[in-house]
Amino acid sequence: MQHSPSVHGQPQQRQFNPYSDNGGTILAIAGANFSVIAGDTRQSEGYNIQTRYAPKVFRLTDKAVLATNGFAADGNMFVKKVRQRLEWYRHAHAKDMPLRAIARLIQTMLYARRFFPYYVYNILGGIEEDGSGAVYSFDPVGSYEREACRAAGAASSLVQPFLDNQIYFRNQTPAPGTSHPAHLPLAHVLSLVIDSFTSATERHIEVGDGLEMYVVLAKGTTALQVQDLTAIAGVTELTTTDDGERLFVVRRNLKRD
Amino acid sequence: MDHHPTNWGRPRNDTVDPYGTYPIHQRPTNVPKDAFAAGIQHTQQPIVTGTSVLGIKFKDGIMMAADNLASYGSLARFRDIQRLHPVGEHTVLGAGGDMSDFQYIQGILDELMIDEFAAGDGHTLGPAEVHNYLSELMYARRSKMNPLWNSLLVGGFKDGKRFLAYVDLLGTTYSASTLATGYGSHIAQPLLRRAVEGREDTLTEDEARKILEQSMQVLFYRDARSLDQYQIATITAKGVNISESRKLETSWSFAEGIRGYGAQTQ
Repeated sequence: MQHSPSVHGQPQQRQFNPYSDNGGTILAIAGANFSVIAGDTRQSEGYNIQTRYAPKVFRLTDKAVLATNGFAADGNMFVKKVRQRLEWYRHAHAKDMPLRAIARLIQTMLYARRFFPYYVYNILGGIEEDGSGAVYSFDPVGSYEREACRAAGAASSLVQPFLDNQIYFRNQTPAPGTSHPAHLPLAHVLSLVIDSFTSATERHIEVGDGLEMYVVLAKGTTALQVQDLTAIAGVTELTTTDDGERLFVVRRNLKRD
Repeated sequence: MDHHPTNWGRPRNDTVDPYGTYPIHQRPTNVPKDAFAAGIQHTQQPIVTGTSVLGIKFKDGIMMAADNLASYGSLARFRDIQRLHPVGEHTVLGAGGDMSDFQYIQGILDELMIDEFAAGDGHTLGPAEVHNYLSELMYARRSKMNPLWNSLLVGGFKDGKRFLAYVDLLGTTYSASTLATGYGSHIAQPLLRRAVEGREDTLTEDEARKILEQSMQVLFYRDARSLDQYQIATITAKGVNISESRKLETSWSFAEGIRGYGAQTQ
């Protein structure tokens, strides 16, 4: 073992810091037969806005969407590697990887870098094989769980309590003789997501510029639900397969100040 | 020299003791120390540095600007350094940060373009490919804790498409219609955004040049590591054009009237 440098009076080395924080916030909510995965599009470092449009929500398959937040270089590289693994899976098995398998893949890929972590919080949303909407959230070294909703990133401390209250009905007492719904309808979830981001934009300097909201609908979604979605301004359908799941993205502006 | 008795008669750099002949459990070593000690010297700080690079989109392509100074700390050491480097027919690379790392990158890219030419497959690398290559290079080096200490702008025009993007020593990438590195990201970027955003498709080449000239002038007034000699790169469908070194028009007469700090007593 070498002695520590200071014992010999040698100059202390200032170490290169390989990480940065690029701000922004992501959020996902699972419904009974749909999933919404959203993120803002601002990328910043300190007080500088680097760009007003840098996506951090990515289509993986027609039924899986991944949102990344934290250090942007790690995030982009991680998404690139996940996509590569999904492509290999497709070539080996002639089908898309199921959502829960993608979730486990992401956990092993993150934990493989336990001692030089990807400085990224991931949220995976989509449709399970049983047709239910699902959200998986991860920490940077791979701990994960399936949840109904999760916010991560710069404004997570603003958004998550709001979601706890509005999705899980924490600190709300139902009127006598009634109970809180287990799942919320799509239109309601979409307005919660939009409100979350407009509020986070108001109160957090690293959130703003643009909102990208991916919506995955399970097989056999009612025409009414599709109508709820297409009624919103700025919707584009991204579905590429005819497996039955449908994928949409909604792009909206957020305040730029 | 290693004078320790336990190393007498031993080959140098012998990291193993196959016969277990040593009375002490850890003999002093003279092998190179690992990356976490002082043995392998990684770049810990830039030495000879370039300051800001600016880049904007305009109607017909991309325009970039960088001054000709390479500083050694606060010393204006080299005053005729070109910090805009053409890469192939469609791309310009502009660099701030360590100039020796930049020259190393130039060497890698020149070799890459020769390899691609030699392949003779009818394909040429455009700005998007060059930027992606650089982002992988920069990210790989930061992951080895041995970064190339630069902020780079890649600008180009290929197949009717404009391209302008950034990559730095951390491997962070982004793209926008106006970009500025270093001091310019504080001083010039707001001016560029005001002048360019929403007008990317109508700005003429002359207007774009004027915007960059004004921004370089502001930078020269405010950035103590800048120079009034600079170059402008224009990348359009016609290809790459990097101007001769040009000089900024500046006026310092207002300095007479400044009171409240400096050498004057009143």
